[in-house]
Amino acid sequence: MLNRVMEWFRALVGTPSSSSVAKDRLRLVLLSDHLALAPDVIEAMRREIFDVISRYVEVDEARSDVSFEHKEQGIAMLANIPILSLKPREPELRSTDESSPKEETSVLETVSVNGHNSDNYGRRPRKRRRRKASGASQTAPAQ
Amino acid sequence: METQRVVSQPIESSPQIEIHAPAAPVEQQKVPKTRGRSIVVTSGKGGVGKTTTTANLGVALAARGARVVLIDADVGLRNLDLVLGLESRVRHHVLDVLEGRVSLADALVRDKRVPTLYLLAAAQDREKDDVTADAMLGLVEQLRGEFDYVLIDSPAGIETGFKNAIVGADEAIVVCTPEVAAVRDVDRVIGLLGNRINPQLVVNRIRPALVRKGKMLSVEDVNSILRLPLLGVLGDAPDVIVSTNRGEPVALDEASATGAAYRAIAARIAGEDVAAPQAAEPEGFLDKLGSLFGGRR
Repeated sequence: MLNRVMEWFRALVGTPSSSSVAKDRLRLVLLSDHLALAPDVIEAMRREIFDVISRYVEVDEARSDVSFEHKEQGIAMLANIPILSLKPREPELRSTDESSPKEETSVLETVSVNGHNSDNYGRRPRKRRRRKASGASQTAPAQ
Repeated sequence: METQRVVSQPIESSPQIEIHAPAAPVEQQKVPKTRGRSIVVTSGKGGVGKTTTTANLGVALAARGARVVLIDADVGLRNLDLVLGLESRVRHHVLDVLEGRVSLADALVRDKRVPTLYLLAAAQDREKDDVTADAMLGLVEQLRGEFDYVLIDSPAGIETGFKNAIVGADEAIVVCTPEVAAVRDVDRVIGLLGNRINPQLVVNRIRPALVRKGKMLSVEDVNSILRLPLLGVLGDAPDVIVSTNRGEPVALDEASATGAAYRAIAARIAGEDVAAPQAAEPEGFLDKLGSLFGGRR
């Protein structure tokens, strides 16, 4: 209880406790540790993001770039994908629309399942990784 | 709040279950009847209390009547003998056994205070690379035939010494302190332990007063990141320092709160359904007042 009151008080004053700073820093560094340890996962994510976007617009894959950036709220995934032209909207896209949320989860599943070959990061279900990843921002500026 | 883990199974619910079956031996007759549990104590980061934890859990398990052998896998930096207070009785070390100079029975040092506790010391004048994983695996397997528990004190790091320490282990206890560096290293170690070994967590050196003030990561903070089955929590208590100075493991001290915590962890390892020990003691008057008004213990 005392804890809560203290946290609440600190939140009012605007200075986070050093332990909550430590926790935030740890979450960040571990996320990037895990991502750094699994380049194949990042590649798989990148691949699937391109596939999804390519269904709607024609993208310039050669000049595309996917990176991760530390923000105040956490790690953000930044995808810079130049768009070459819009594709005509076809009726069949309706069904793809519905399945796109599923596609997204399958990307995230890749993160937790194929962690790393020798390491074992994929073994544990990592909620925070999913949360961060699903909250990731994707920017796709048209050129 | 984030407790779902596929692999998390409280140890007390399955004390005798082997986590993985070894390759079936060709000649069944030669396999010893007992097959003890092999548990590595590790952490990645140095100085978090691996050796102290190994020594005290060994003492506490043996005091319960189990036959326990402790292996110091920190070749080149032998310390487990010192923490146990057995340094003057070490004549041979693990490499003497592995290289065939002495028999295993001759190299084991028996603890006179707890007669079912034995130590196999590390070599002090050798290096980690002098031990091979195969040799360590064979040694642990041999000891499992004669002891209920084989506790392996891992060196810090994730290199050869660590790999040799985990090769024969079926279970792992990871020791973590409430520091960012320790948590990160434990996270790395968990990854390296692989699917074969499901580690359990001991959080060491918690200072409840600092946690209450928001100046130290709490056990919940640490385990919200690591998400391991929690075996126990140990306070940052002076009695551990004193007992290590004297070479008398604190688990032998009936009056010590830390000793009691180690004994409770040992009971949990042995499969007893006791609560995971929590770090006790408010440190000063104000903290006592705080806990009186509902501060967490």
